[in-house]
Amino acid sequence: MDEQQKLQEFQDRIDAGEKIEPKDWMPERFRKQLVRMMSQHAHSEIIGMLPEGNWITRAPSLRRKLALLAKVQDEAGHGLYLYSGAETLGVSRDEMIDDLLSGKAKYSNIFNYPTQTWADIGVIGWLVDGAAIVNQTMLAKSSFGPYARANLRICKEESFHRKQGHEIIATMMKGTPAQRKMVQDAVNRWWWPTLMMFGPPDDNSPNSNELIRWKVKTKTNDELRQSFIDRTVEEAHDMGIEIPDPDLRYNEETKHWEIGEINFDELYRVVTGNGPMNKKRMAARRKAHEEGRWVREAAEAYAEKQKLKEKKAS
Amino acid sequence: MGENGINRKGGEGRMWEVFTQKKTGDPHEHAGNVHAHDAEMALQHARDVYSRRNEAVSIWVVPSDQITASSPDDAGPFFDPAEDKIFRHPQFYKVPHVSKKRR
Ligand SMILES: [Fe+2]
Ligand SMILES: [Fe+2]
Repeated sequence: MDEQQKLQEFQDRIDAGEKIEPKDWMPERFRKQLVRMMSQHAHSEIIGMLPEGNWITRAPSLRRKLALLAKVQDEAGHGLYLYSGAETLGVSRDEMIDDLLSGKAKYSNIFNYPTQTWADIGVIGWLVDGAAIVNQTMLAKSSFGPYARANLRICKEESFHRKQGHEIIATMMKGTPAQRKMVQDAVNRWWWPTLMMFGPPDDNSPNSNELIRWKVKTKTNDELRQSFIDRTVEEAHDMGIEIPDPDLRYNEETKHWEIGEINFDELYRVVTGNGPMNKKRMAARRKAHEEGRWVREAAEAYAEKQKLKEKKAS
Repeated sequence: MGENGINRKGGEGRMWEVFTQKKTGDPHEHAGNVHAHDAEMALQHARDVYSRRNEAVSIWVVPSDQITASSPDDAGPFFDPAEDKIFRHPQFYKVPHVSKKRR
C-alpha cells in the first residue's frame, strides 16, 4: 500500500470516530505532533506545581493547607499520566525530562507569572484550573487513545482544583475590604494571561487546522476561550469581582460575553523566555532534579544488590 | 544501567505497566505506567499515581518489556479464525418458542 493510500485509510478511521492506538500506523507528522503536545502538557503540570507550592507553608489554615497539598500532588500525578501517554509513542521519559531541564521543551506560559499573595492561589484554582478543564474536557475525547485516557483521568480530579480555588476567593470576597482588594488585584493580574492559555487566535494558529482534521482537538482556540469566558464572567459578577476589561460586554443576540483585544505580543514575549519568572522556574526544577539524584541512584543500587542476592540464592 | 537499555545512572528507572482493580470481583484494568528500579517501588509509585482516591483495591505491576502484544498490522488475519464461526453465538440456533404459563 502506498503512503497516500495509508494516509487516506488513517483519515477514514478518524472520520469514523475510531481511536488511534500507539502501535497503529500513523503519519510521522501525527506522531510528532502528539509527542509535542503530550510532553508539553506533562511539563506544564510539573512546572505548574511551583507557583502553588510556593504557598503551601503559608496557607492560612490547616484546611487550606491540606487542600493545596493534595492539589499540588494531583498535578504531579497529571504530569505522570501524560509522560506515560507520550512514552507509548517511543519517546523515553529521560529524554523528555532532559528536554525540559535543558530549556528545549516548552511548558504553559501561565506558570511564568509570580504568585504574590494568598489570593493568587484562589485565583489560580478558579481561573487557571478552570481554563485547563475546558481544554482537557475536549482532549479527553481526543483521537489518540493514550492522550484521551490520560485527560479523562485528569478531568476527574480537576473539578476539586477549581472548586477549592473558587471557595478561597468567594470566602475572601465576603471578608474585609483589604481581602476583597487582594482578590481583585489578583484577578487583574491573572485574567489576561489565563485567556492567553488557549493559544493564539484562530486566524493565526499554525497547528490548529491539522489537529482538528485529525480530531486530536475538536474545538478551536477561540471556541474554547469563549466557553471559558461565558462561564467565568457570570461567576465573577456573582462574587462582586470586576473583570479587568473595559470593552467587556454581553451580546444579547449571540448570548456570549465579548472581550476586548488580547495583547498577544505579551504572550510571545513570555513564550520566548522573557516572562517574569521563566528563569526562576527552570532553576527551581533543575535544583529539585539534581537534589533528587542521590535517591534515584540509591534506589538503583539497591535494586542491583537485591538482584545479585537472588541470583546467588538460586 | 537498567534493563531496557535507555537508563543511565540517576535516571528514571525501568518502565512498569500498572493494572488496577476498582473493587473486588472486577477485572484488573490497565491504568498506565510508572518508572521504578524494582517491583516494590513500582507498586508504591503505582498506588501514589493511580489510586490517590481509592480507585483501586488491588494493583498489579509488570515490567513493560515483559509484555507480548498482538500487532495491529496483522490484526485482520490474526483474529480471522473467529470471524466465520457464527455457530459460536446463540443467534445461530433455532428452538421452538414456548410461552411461559402463569401459575
Ligand atoms: Fe492538572
Ligand atoms: Fe489542576
